[in-house]
Amino acid sequence: MSNIISVFKREVAAYFLNPLAYVFIFVFVVLSMVFAFIIGGLLEQREAALTSSFFEFHPWIFMILAPAVGMRLWSEEHRLGTTELLLTLPINPWEAIVGKYLAACVVLFVSLASTWTIVAEVGLLGDPEWGLIFSGYIGSFLIGCTMLAITMAVSAFTRSQVACLVLSVTICFFVTLIGFWMFLDFIDGSVLSPLAGFFASLSVMGQVRSLNNGLFEPATLIYFVTVIGFCLFTTSVAIRTKRS
Amino acid sequence: MIEVSNLTKQFGSKTAVDNLSFSVGKGEVLGFLGPNGAGKSTTMRMVTGYLPPTRGSVMVGGADMVANPVEAKKKIGYLPENAPLYPDMTVQGFLSFIAELRGLRGAQKKAAVEKSLELCFLEPVRNQLIDTLSKGYRHRTCLAQSVLDDPDILILDEPTDGLDPNQKHEVRSLIKRMGENKVIIFSTHILEEVDAVCSRALIIDRGKVIADGPPAELRARSRKAGSVLVDIEGLSGSGLKAELERISKVASIEVTRSDDSGFAGRVFPTKSTSGHDLSAEISKLAAEKKWVLRDLHVDEGRLDEMFREITDTTRS
Repeated sequence: MSNIISVFKREVAAYFLNPLAYVFIFVFVVLSMVFAFIIGGLLEQREAALTSSFFEFHPWIFMILAPAVGMRLWSEEHRLGTTELLLTLPINPWEAIVGKYLAACVVLFVSLASTWTIVAEVGLLGDPEWGLIFSGYIGSFLIGCTMLAITMAVSAFTRSQVACLVLSVTICFFVTLIGFWMFLDFIDGSVLSPLAGFFASLSVMGQVRSLNNGLFEPATLIYFVTVIGFCLFTTSVAIRTKRS
Repeated sequence: MIEVSNLTKQFGSKTAVDNLSFSVGKGEVLGFLGPNGAGKSTTMRMVTGYLPPTRGSVMVGGADMVANPVEAKKKIGYLPENAPLYPDMTVQGFLSFIAELRGLRGAQKKAAVEKSLELCFLEPVRNQLIDTLSKGYRHRTCLAQSVLDDPDILILDEPTDGLDPNQKHEVRSLIKRMGENKVIIFSTHILEEVDAVCSRALIIDRGKVIADGPPAELRARSRKAGSVLVDIEGLSGSGLKAELERISKVASIEVTRSDDSGFAGRVFPTKSTSGHDLSAEISKLAAEKKWVLRDLHVDEGRLDEMFREITDTTRS
């Protein structure tokens, strides 16, 4: 446990001593505002829960941002050769994986927290349902963390951050797309229609839909824990096989 | 302390380390030699637990590296090849981080960091970002992380690579000093280093041990070891050579200079004679014949020659 904390502290420092973390956060805030006000029509919709105008767009932003934040996680270690240092220290490789992962999650957390102005705004202008906003944030955070876990698994396979970024964005794009209503409508009208429900349940979009409606279902938690757990496990396998 | 048995590593169909066995005890400084690609780094990576072996076992102070890696790794300080570091940390921050992962906390951690900063002459750059350090400082920073926590075993992959002659000397004396109560294994391409520091040298080629023993003993195995170098004036070269060949203890002579005024060359003794006996014989003869001896000494052999001879023969 204390080793996880040591790795976590180092990684958080590595993120926030680097101007890039602030760029990520800034880009996220700007994009989420642009989407909310211009495309989502936040003000016209008069929707104080922020569901369709704000949270709905987060998966599309995170599919770029999470890989951008997470691409250095192992690729950078491989490139510097520090994997060798880390894995010959008396720690369990799991502790390094979890510590690094949690540190990257902090960057996403700070990005989300930096959008507080929009919450303040709807609070001032209307009478929002705070519970819905809260669960909307949880949903967005879980989506971001899932995409980060996917990125981390990819980064464990390559020493090239660019390769990791491209591949992770692609995977995150599909994970989002298969739950997107336009895609599901398209599937419904084709021979694949029996699979529509299956696709929707695989996608991160389908999972947060209930959260955005204020429902927290155990199945949702199981979904995120499973996907993140699987990605972290893949990371540990990748690190082990890359050595041999 | 370290017991390596039947260690084998295959990468696909290529065998990098082939059934290697050796053991190193406390107080030994083992120089690990071999041509590039002989399997030195691969062996060290298996001993330190970075690479899992295909077959065989590594026991470190009683702990099995495969079955009980955390326990085994606690006993080892490791300097990987090319000294990898986190460029975004300061020297002190980096050492603190490694100290934490070695299980040190609070005052203990602080003391360990201070000690290794001092030991590796890093005090002037302690608050500098690693990114801005010169190669020598970087190398020593990585060396400093390996000696944190004062481990019983040090495994150093080319510890003097890229250092200037003064730094090389410092690192060598550091290794020598620490070797008195530790086990040290280090790889190098510099053979004088082995002479200067090691109590034992292990030469591997193509993943196999081809020589193992104290440096002096290995040196004595070179073809030229025990031969006598002579440089004589006073007679024409051919005449001198003929005189020397008449000595019963001479097996053969290699001529390097032979002219009207003298002769220089290498005289090999017969199997049963030592170089020093032959040398005595030659000096007696020279006194008798009133030759001027410009040089007369026994070649003790050289590690690099021995190294070339044995690695060449296995390669052909």
